[in-house]
Amino acid sequence: MPHDDPDHPHSLLPPDPALRVKALETILTQKGLIDPAALDVIIDTYQHRIGPKNGAQVVARAWSDPAFRAALLDDATAAVSEMGFFGRQGEHIVAVENTPEVHNMVVCTLCSCYPWPLLGVPPAWYKSDAYRARAVREPRKLLSEFGVTLSEGTSVRVWDSTAEVRYLVVPMRPEGTEGLSPEALAELVSRDAMIGTGVAVAP
Amino acid sequence: MTVSMTDRAPDPVFSEPWHGQVFALTVHLHDKGLFSWPRWTDRFGAVLARHGLSKELDGGEDYFAAWLETLEAMLAEEGAASGAEVDRMRAAWEKAYLSTPHGHPVHLA
Repeated sequence: MPHDDPDHPHSLLPPDPALRVKALETILTQKGLIDPAALDVIIDTYQHRIGPKNGAQVVARAWSDPAFRAALLDDATAAVSEMGFFGRQGEHIVAVENTPEVHNMVVCTLCSCYPWPLLGVPPAWYKSDAYRARAVREPRKLLSEFGVTLSEGTSVRVWDSTAEVRYLVVPMRPEGTEGLSPEALAELVSRDAMIGTGVAVAP
Repeated sequence: MTVSMTDRAPDPVFSEPWHGQVFALTVHLHDKGLFSWPRWTDRFGAVLARHGLSKELDGGEDYFAAWLETLEAMLAEEGAASGAEVDRMRAAWEKAYLSTPHGHPVHLA
């Protein structure tokens, strides 16, 4: 963009909240309370390095390795930390496994608690009032809008996340995937399947 | 307006740069021990609930507006950044943007 653009004689003014965040950063940096370089690292981490691929690796390993599956269901915090995934808020991670009888789905009715180390930052819909209210009130109807239709015999269990406990849904392994490697299986595990608003599907 | 639950297009992680900045600032301040995470979620949940009384929050811009309001209130309580300090610094940044020729890096005077 040319520097002498007559429509923009000065720098484009960021929106009000952006200026307020900048102000906070400046004040806290001047007081020595924050390290500005650390902020860039955190943003980069959540934009590029932490996301649902982490959780998909965990699920694929649980499908492939019975000992790991047992360890994950027993103490997910320990099992995933062994794979290098740590919660930075000191929270516990609990893995809940879907079966033909029970379909699990996760919500945070308070705000937007979510297993960041495994799924990254939640999508906007997870944070919306609509999802947070309806996941509790009418989970089956909500699931059908996500394209998940459960059979009559499957009950829905909704888990409400907190600052201390975050949930990871382990979806059912799709049929016909017996010969697949953990890497290939991980490709079948979507973010929504690990929130419980989707299912894993065979390729 | 209702939120589409079926929109599967991949969203950017942060739709506005300041969303990522206020998120990172909060995570960093928690790392530094300024507040516990349960205290953060209690306060943030209360602000979301209050904002949600007058309209249905869509989890996007309104979510981060509530996030910023919560952080500002907690920093003011902690004595880390008062409202007056933030207002002054915000005005200084606005002035810096308006007095910097387009295309040049913006610095505080």
